[in-house]
Amino acid sequence: MASRGIRDQVAVVGMGCTKFGEHWDRSADDLLVDAVGDAFASAGIEKADVDAYWVGTMGSGVSGLTLSRPLRVDYKPVTRVENMCATGSESFRNACYAVACGAFDVVMATGVEKLKDGGYSGLAMGSIPSDGTTSDLTAPALFSLLSPAYCKKYGVDPAEFKEVISRIAWKNHRNGALNPRAQFQKEVPIETIAASPLMAGNLGIFDCSGVSDGAAAAVIVRAEDASKYTDKPLFVKALSFVAGPASGVVDSSYDYTTFPEVVAAAEDAYQQAGITDPRAQLAMAEVHDCFTPTELVLMEDLGFAERGFAWKEELAGTFDLDGELPVNPDGGLKAFGHPIGASGLRMLFECWLQLREEAGVRQIKTVADGKKLALTHNLGGWPGECVSYVGVVGT
Amino acid sequence: MGIVAGGTYLPLHRLDRSRIGAALGTPGGAGTRTVAAADEDTTTLGVEAARNALAGLASDAMPERVLFATAEPAYLDKTNATTIHAALGLPVSVPAYDVGGAVRSAMGALRLADDATEPTLVVLAGLRTGLPGGADERDGGDGAVAFVVSVDTDAAQTRTLGWGAASVEFLERWRLPGETHSHQWEERFGEHAYVPLACDALANALNAAGTSADDLDHVVVTGVHPRAARTVARAIKVAPDKIADDLAASVGNTGAAHAGLLLAGVLEHATPRQKIAVLSIADGADAVVLETTEQLGRVVPRHTLVDQIGEGKPLDSYETFLTWRGFLEREPPRRPDPVAPAAPPSLRSEDWKFGFTGSACEACGEVHLPPARVCANCGAVDRMTPVRAADRAATIVTFTVDRLAYTPSPPLVAAVLDFDGGGRFQCALTDVDAGTVKIGDRVEMTFRRVDTAQKVHNYFWKARPLR
Repeated sequence: MASRGIRDQVAVVGMGCTKFGEHWDRSADDLLVDAVGDAFASAGIEKADVDAYWVGTMGSGVSGLTLSRPLRVDYKPVTRVENMCATGSESFRNACYAVACGAFDVVMATGVEKLKDGGYSGLAMGSIPSDGTTSDLTAPALFSLLSPAYCKKYGVDPAEFKEVISRIAWKNHRNGALNPRAQFQKEVPIETIAASPLMAGNLGIFDCSGVSDGAAAAVIVRAEDASKYTDKPLFVKALSFVAGPASGVVDSSYDYTTFPEVVAAAEDAYQQAGITDPRAQLAMAEVHDCFTPTELVLMEDLGFAERGFAWKEELAGTFDLDGELPVNPDGGLKAFGHPIGASGLRMLFECWLQLREEAGVRQIKTVADGKKLALTHNLGGWPGECVSYVGVVGT
Repeated sequence: MGIVAGGTYLPLHRLDRSRIGAALGTPGGAGTRTVAAADEDTTTLGVEAARNALAGLASDAMPERVLFATAEPAYLDKTNATTIHAALGLPVSVPAYDVGGAVRSAMGALRLADDATEPTLVVLAGLRTGLPGGADERDGGDGAVAFVVSVDTDAAQTRTLGWGAASVEFLERWRLPGETHSHQWEERFGEHAYVPLACDALANALNAAGTSADDLDHVVVTGVHPRAARTVARAIKVAPDKIADDLAASVGNTGAAHAGLLLAGVLEHATPRQKIAVLSIADGADAVVLETTEQLGRVVPRHTLVDQIGEGKPLDSYETFLTWRGFLEREPPRRPDPVAPAAPPSLRSEDWKFGFTGSACEACGEVHLPPARVCANCGAVDRMTPVRAADRAATIVTFTVDRLAYTPSPPLVAAVLDFDGGGRFQCALTDVDAGTVKIGDRVEMTFRRVDTAQKVHNYFWKARPLR
């Protein structure tokens, strides 16, 4: 893939992120106002300083009015974007490009989702008039398709596989327990996770990300202006996004143990950022752990583990908070929660805290050890048919 | 009647009648009845019977018209035969008609087909239920039968010797549109009215055939009034061993399908040059006398009736039966209500949705399910030829059991399938034990009613374990 990238051309100089979870007393408008306000304060700017906005949401608003109305934005461009679960990252990516191309000096990327008002179990997507021939499988079912295929391909015993994915959930809950913004802030015993009621395939309720409400925002400026706002900016090293041809669901050569879209996005991002050994060079990664088998497969797709060995690395603690490469130190989608439009920016928020060594009790040691790069990853869709984002920021 | 090919369909599930008694404290009765799954209706039962009938038929012998009769139509006003026609992938030029909404319409459809100049597919389906604990629920059954009837005597496995009928207007069994169960006048009156009419109809048919009851080798006697049918079977002076088993013990009475179903069963073990009488008692009586030809057995269904009776699987509970029948409303999952298919996209994708016809790339051979304009493999644009995959077997690549999704019969089992001859598709499984599915299992496609939303039936294909 040929991608020129905008390495070190733009910088993140302020961020805000609400607590994720059940905000029964707050609307999407409220969440946006809160996250944007925190981002303003973080960057030391006010509304008048921002030249253009992006707002990402899957189903909690339509058009730029989603942001301009609650914020009373004064006749400035506000672009609404949507790319399923990669929506927040898509908002950020487009905002960065607007600065990099010279169109604006100061922009804001925001993302919001209000899922709990729907009253559904799990995620409910809007329906488009159709012929009724696509299966109505829920997200956990679609991602659970990975499990039998992975076990079969790599000869992993299904019971052992269940231990592996339970440990992934355990790890992310443990991280989330250290995070005051996370939806779930309690450690959960691995036995409880493994014994939780089955939702789909081998996925219990604890294998699924939290359905939640939340918003996050980032202030982006030209790299050369970054020091005017903060002495610890994050520079954008790579922004990669791919929409797959959705051929996995129709092509027999796809084996349901990988996301080719993620592999492609990662390859492009690593090339943009000059990363040759992600496991060694990255201080941390925030990845799209919508369901526990997803995180397992992502470790291989993102090049953090050899094909067929991620399950062993998970058991060995490689991706724990104090492991060689901490993955989802903030608790991930699993424990932090997953308000679709906000998640990508929430991941960036954790990079913001960790690389600036402001993550408090869950501060990872790899940063102090000299690693200065952090990765965020989203995917939207499901195995065989998805979009994927990989971004890298660094100090 | 020149039957060129025939096929039956019995749904997989069997309700042990003793379970009804155990649940309701009523006399349940002996034996089992067939039970259509939650995703089956008379249209889908008819499709499966027709597919079975057409399986062995040469492509140049395909029917040129379709007649469908049932007393439990999935739609009124809208023709159900067009759904069957589409599911079979028949040409647009083939007419498809529903024939009435009464049990008697079935014999009418057969008689119309017998008079037709074109090969005619007659599909008869029944999905019989009464109120819980009643005789109709206990003695009813679900099933379908299909015959290709043709004047082409060279190919026909039977030829018609004569028809007979007796029509009188009286109130014996009836149901208003929208009602879930029938009403019946007291049993003795029905017997009084039906027995002489049935004897007349058979006598008329024998007379038209120029033969006598003594010459018959097989006799089918059935109808909406079981007691009258039993009395008639004795009254017509045919040796008891020539009277076909009415399948009451294993299948139950399938209403409009039943006379045809019993005939199909007879044809499975009849020999050439045998005379068969079919007598159906419903709003009067209809009779036909047939003779088997040397062509008997030339075209055989993929699944015989005998095999299907033997393949039945016990239903886990009477409550499941009530749920599938819509008599027991259950708590739905906390998920959005299913959405009805929209008419324009359904028409655009008719070949796919109803015929399970995908496309194959002329450049590289890649099969696309659903059909595509741009090849997923080589990128060629608009170089596709249609490929009907409905009759191809497939292998499970990976699978899941969705305990959260909406389905009338939870949990929803789904799998990714690779089809013999190419093509991948992810779809729901049906008639399957959720706990035993595994990678590598072989499946075949079956036409089902996925759900009904906003008063629209959503028909599509599912996979079931290969039989």
